[in-house]
Amino acid sequence: METSFALTGKGYVIVAADTTAARSIVKMQIDQDKIKELSPHLLMAYSGEPGDTVQFAEYVERNIRLYQIRNLYPLRPAAAASWIRRSLAESLRSRNPYSVNLLLGGYDASSHTPNLYWIDYLGTVVEVPFAAHGYGSYFALSLLDRYHDPEASLEEGLANLKRCIDEVAKRLVVNPGKYKVKVVDKDGIREVEI
Amino acid sequence: MARRYDSRTTIFSPEGRLYQIEYAMEAISHAGTVLGVLAKDGVVLAAEKRVTGKLLDLSSAKEGGGYGGSGEKMFLLNSNVIGGVAGITSDANSLVNYARTVAQQHLLQYNDDIPVELLAQRLCDMKQGYTQFGGLRPFGVSLLYAGYDPHYHFQLYHSDPSGNYSGWKATCIGANNGTAQSLLKQEYKDDLGVEEAIGLVLRVMSKTMDSTTLGSEKLEFAVLTYDQVAKAPKAKIYKPAEIDALLRAEGLAKKDEDTEMK
Repeated sequence: METSFALTGKGYVIVAADTTAARSIVKMQIDQDKIKELSPHLLMAYSGEPGDTVQFAEYVERNIRLYQIRNLYPLRPAAAASWIRRSLAESLRSRNPYSVNLLLGGYDASSHTPNLYWIDYLGTVVEVPFAAHGYGSYFALSLLDRYHDPEASLEEGLANLKRCIDEVAKRLVVNPGKYKVKVVDKDGIREVEI
Repeated sequence: MARRYDSRTTIFSPEGRLYQIEYAMEAISHAGTVLGVLAKDGVVLAAEKRVTGKLLDLSSAKEGGGYGGSGEKMFLLNSNVIGGVAGITSDANSLVNYARTVAQQHLLQYNDDIPVELLAQRLCDMKQGYTQFGGLRPFGVSLLYAGYDPHYHFQLYHSDPSGNYSGWKATCIGANNGTAQSLLKQEYKDDLGVEEAIGLVLRVMSKTMDSTTLGSEKLEFAVLTYDQVAKAPKAKIYKPAEIDALLRAEGLAKKDEDTEMK
């Protein structure tokens, strides 16, 4: 039900997530923001077990923020991904593991490159040019396989994203409706209308 | 005066001083000099060894694999940081071990080399603890940290027993550090290359060291650069043979006894 996508392009990462909060057959909220801003150049979309999701996402957000306040410089996307991965891996063999899937998109200010990581609740981390979680991934990934260009401009990237969103709307039984779309690049994070 | 306030680190004197820390710094001023210079493409460290002699067995340093250094002044703290120590050797060993552990813990958590300043901070936090809690004496060690990280590139830090640290372009700790510091102030230029920095370090060392000429017996030397091909920092602590070769290249090598007699 919960769908999220992300893709990289020339100097940016686009992260998108649906804004529906549903329980069983009822839509409770239609404007929920499922993308946390961990630092000025780091975005994280979350999905999974209700409750676990926000708990874990906020835990990550606070710790990443603490790091950059304490240590003057923010964590680079690769280091943040490693920290998150370790937290999930440790949680996995605890009494009550977090069941949360994530898409971590960020701009590395020291190497001037966009980075995207697909993370699942087992602590699997892979760096990818584009990614998706949820049922929507079945449609989005094939489209992105065909149309994704890592050197695409932001307009082209957003067009690709729209393609994915439209396909999910067309084919998935429970249409998520609205999406929140955020972009991170060298200038930071901003929200865009798709 | 005010000897009554000496014995405990964890209390102030009436004048507001912490005598134990000052005494620790006094101990360090008798130790072998360590000199560091920051260049635009690297950092250079040199140190004067005090533990020398014919009977000293340094075979492991000469041939051995390892990371270089005789284990007295220069230590590899992490693949991106070299530490130079001055002061009580056993205290220094303990701090070096702690620094190495901290660096590896960071690597475990973040899969990334620890930023140089962060490593210096961790050590300083520990040293400061020993001036406030536990009633234990402070570490009688000053360290120079020469390192590289992607955030601020090449950096040189100095930390002292009080747990205070600062970043430097060129600095000196240990014996004769005043002389060396003023020499560095005169001769340091902002956009030195690493080769020029090596020359500067060796010249200043030759003027401040107790012995008359430089040689691998009394000198430890290390350089931290960035390998463009491997895209990673390169830490090199010179082996004795390499130090001698370097000194010859710079024209600062000890002359043969025989030729001098002639």
